[in-house]
Amino acid sequence: MAARATPARLAKPVTGLSDRMVAWLFIGPTMLLLLALNIFPLFWAIALSFTNYRANRPNEPVDNVGIRNYERILTDPDIWISMQTTANFVFWTIALQTLIGFSLAYFIDRKFRGHAFWTTIILVPMMLSPAVVGNFWRFLYEPQIGLFAYAVSFVSGIPPTEIAMLSNVTLAPWSIIIVDTWMWTPYVMLICLAGLRSIPDYIYEAAEVDRASPWRQFWSITLPMALPFIMLAVLFRGIENFKMFDMVNLLTGGGPGSTTEVASITLKREAFEKWRTGYSSAFAIILFVAVFGLANIYVKALNRVKQR
Amino acid sequence: MNRILSTALAGIAVSCFGTAVPVLTTSAAQAEELTLCWAAWDPANALVELSKDFTAASGIDMKFEFVPWTNYADRFLNELNSKGQLCDLIIGDSQWIGGSAENGHYVKLNDFFAAQGITMDDFVPATVTGYSEWPKGTPNYWALPAMGDVVGWTYRKDWFERPELQAEFKEKYGWDLGAPGTFEQLKQIAEFFQNRDIDGTTVYGASIYTERGSEGITMGAMDVLYSYGFEYDNPDEPYAMDGFVNSESAVAGLEFYKALYDCCTPPGASNSYMGEGIDAFKSGQVAMHMNFAFTWPGLYKDEAVGGDRIGFFANPAGPNGDQFAQLGGQGISVVSYSAKQDAALEYIKWFANPEVQAKWWSLGGFSCLNAVVQDPGFPATQPYAQTFLDSMAIVKDFWAEPSYASLLQASQKRFHDYVVAGQGTAKEALDLMVEDWTEVFEDDGIL
Amino acid sequence: MSLTTAHSVVVPSQTSKRIAGTIVILYALISIVPLLWIFATSVKTPPDSIAYPPKIMFQPSVEGYCNLFTTRTRQTPEYIESLPPAANFCDEVARKRNMVIAGPSNFVPRFVNSLVIAFGSTFCAVFLGTLAAYGFSRFKVPLADDLLFFILSTRMMPPIAVAIPIYLMYRELGLSDSALGMILLYTAVNVSLAVWLLKGFIDEIPREYEEAAMIDGYTRLQAFWKVVLPQATTGIAATAIFCLIFAWNEYAFAALLTSGQAQTAPPFIPQIIGEGGQDWPAVAAGTTIFLVPILVFTILLRKQLLRGITFGAVRK
Repeated sequence: MAARATPARLAKPVTGLSDRMVAWLFIGPTMLLLLALNIFPLFWAIALSFTNYRANRPNEPVDNVGIRNYERILTDPDIWISMQTTANFVFWTIALQTLIGFSLAYFIDRKFRGHAFWTTIILVPMMLSPAVVGNFWRFLYEPQIGLFAYAVSFVSGIPPTEIAMLSNVTLAPWSIIIVDTWMWTPYVMLICLAGLRSIPDYIYEAAEVDRASPWRQFWSITLPMALPFIMLAVLFRGIENFKMFDMVNLLTGGGPGSTTEVASITLKREAFEKWRTGYSSAFAIILFVAVFGLANIYVKALNRVKQR
Repeated sequence: MNRILSTALAGIAVSCFGTAVPVLTTSAAQAEELTLCWAAWDPANALVELSKDFTAASGIDMKFEFVPWTNYADRFLNELNSKGQLCDLIIGDSQWIGGSAENGHYVKLNDFFAAQGITMDDFVPATVTGYSEWPKGTPNYWALPAMGDVVGWTYRKDWFERPELQAEFKEKYGWDLGAPGTFEQLKQIAEFFQNRDIDGTTVYGASIYTERGSEGITMGAMDVLYSYGFEYDNPDEPYAMDGFVNSESAVAGLEFYKALYDCCTPPGASNSYMGEGIDAFKSGQVAMHMNFAFTWPGLYKDEAVGGDRIGFFANPAGPNGDQFAQLGGQGISVVSYSAKQDAALEYIKWFANPEVQAKWWSLGGFSCLNAVVQDPGFPATQPYAQTFLDSMAIVKDFWAEPSYASLLQASQKRFHDYVVAGQGTAKEALDLMVEDWTEVFEDDGIL
Repeated sequence: MSLTTAHSVVVPSQTSKRIAGTIVILYALISIVPLLWIFATSVKTPPDSIAYPPKIMFQPSVEGYCNLFTTRTRQTPEYIESLPPAANFCDEVARKRNMVIAGPSNFVPRFVNSLVIAFGSTFCAVFLGTLAAYGFSRFKVPLADDLLFFILSTRMMPPIAVAIPIYLMYRELGLSDSALGMILLYTAVNVSLAVWLLKGFIDEIPREYEEAAMIDGYTRLQAFWKVVLPQATTGIAATAIFCLIFAWNEYAFAALLTSGQAQTAPPFIPQIIGEGGQDWPAVAAGTTIFLVPILVFTILLRKQLLRGITFGAVRK
């Protein structure tokens, strides 16, 4: 991937800035910006996570509390419930999006007439603001006046007043999964489509010469060869949904009760409503380590699949 | 050549970060313009209308920043904590007084009041204590009482007065259908109307507060809990909460609130606060409606459900005859980070004027000025005026400690987990709440 | 060589095409309904918008757009009669509902903030990103792989976790609720995308071009300016649109770090309320106005989309 460097002797004699200087001049500003707005704050957060600092009480003394914040978070059953909620959400959204997204890509790859146009239509939801559009889904989910409840009751015969997607403890997590799936299935679809199109035709042709059934062709050619792409899509969706905040915040705000309270919602409440800055910094660090660690393990697995 | 190029690049770099600067500076320093921050609700829109008189008299333009209740505390406490200069004047919630005074967000108004001859004796005592004083009970004023408010109820008088319904009700429950005096009666009425067909539409018993994100369900459940005998702590031993917060009567109160939610609210009303309550009542969905008094002027003026069709009653009594109501309302303060404090004080001076206060009341605000509400003619000015006075006489408020937000988050979670999500029992919810609150006070070094 | 059997993958049969087409078109139609409903709601009157059953046929109205741009208060008929006659069309609409327009809403300033912050941060991110991408593409940078991974990993942090220290930092620097602060922050977030995408584009430009130019006496900077940049314009444009879409749509930072002066449209639109809860026609009107630019960009970008959303990992 990395391009080979220009031979030094070509560039050097010309004049003015040496290549090394140009390199640092070009990369430096970006690095400085990231240091100022990513690394420095990260270290600040780490430092705060060992204190009982509260951002809304600047006049109070700040005590060093050691690892107490971490202890409290890791032993708090409510935090573990929110982690579980997050895991559930990530699992189901990815499962559905991969399944539907891959199927769509597979069908689009049949290249029926007008497939390019319809693909563009399908792509639209994922480009929109999750907050602005997610908010509108609250209206669609209204048990009586909402279009969603009305459509479901039209199809199923259940009275629309009983389809309270955001109020019912069992349905509320699904209300969010549905919106997320609606929004991001096109994303998975697009990557899967690239995977399917990367499979050279001659492999299928060879399989057809061997009289392999379409079923076998799918399992032994299509799926394995598209797998690295599917895994890539899963990686990106996984990271994004682990961070999920805006849509949940606007759709349910974590309710009913705490049934949809994903980790980001808990973190927001601790940090910006209770203003327990030290405590929430510790929680932020834990989340960051978790997503970073999981992503790293996953990338290793992805590379192994790619090399096969 | 090379130099020209690098200067060009540097120029672009500077302009890249410079684009934002003029945008910033132009918006900041216009002198004759004040920004007032409040919640986005009917009274705020009425205040916009009222403030036109201030602009006409003083030449100072008014800008407004209104945020819905569900984000109101969130947004403006964030703004104050970040030392922001957005708001010159802020009508902040009563519970913020402690934190805002201690952390220097508000300008102390004592000297200004003295200089302008404004005295707090002219205002309703409960509002002075609730909205202006910190520490409570001392003559240190951080706000001028601006909007009196308290939780009460509205009901569909036209439905209640239908002879056939009255007869059916009397037969079923043995008493005359009318504004309920106790919560037990309220629930009977709600059950009576739940799923009833009125003029071809299905209606429901009552709309109550169930909002999860900010303060909704706490403001609602507390109305029942207070009247049932809930206490925040031992009256003889401050912050001793065990046995008071989770007393038997408090448990019974919370169980009642859940029963009311389960039996008699409209479908999907699991996250409703002031706005959703208004919508439910205005659309003719419910027979009764719990809400802060600020909603009454708007509902009374409504073409569909107002006028003769609406009645008002104060929060009912509990089984032992205790009767309390949750206090709402706010005072108006000057933000200490504002560069235009003098103009802001001028606004407060104008607002405290009795004539302005009288117009405030007539436009739909709830004045806290004695000259307005103690006037012998006041109860007759509006059909809800008497209910407002009755309700203000029985108010109780949530914690006003600087940690109130943490305390509120805990009650929101415990109440919603039990009442709406149906997890655990009322006793467990309140026990957990005692634990949460104890932890908050321990972190504060109070316990 | 005719291998076209009924179920060939390479050349699908007519039946399989038809089935696939039907399913895909069905999905596309269903998935577009919520968007059509947003538009339909924006041209409904408030009573029509909350009618049961939901109205598909209705008399169009601009009341939602009027409500989006104004603040109104309900008053008594006597009070309304005491006022001068309605000044404009929206005023008339409001008075029919016993309302008075008290002033403009904050939608326009929020929309302007969105424009300033999105375009400002996009410009900065692309500017910095182009330089850095060129640097990584053409020079031997020590620890280049680590640095590149570090740049990417800055996108992995949950926004709320980033917002905590940024909030404190901006408070100290006086950048809270400022357009400059938001531009810097969005630039920092977007620059990772910009570097990765542009590095891919610049890698594809043969280095022989610059080398030839430098042999002709160009300096490195001149070669970059006159040879590489013109070749990379398509890539830069695509990258810019991706950065713009992110900054335009961003919600979490805007909700936590701005409160009025620099607040953008995404945290504002969900807070448009009427007398009670959300004023859905006004919300839908705001949403429609907000979505139009993105729809246009999506159609323009459809060929580059894949590359953009995978940080250049998938090119095709």
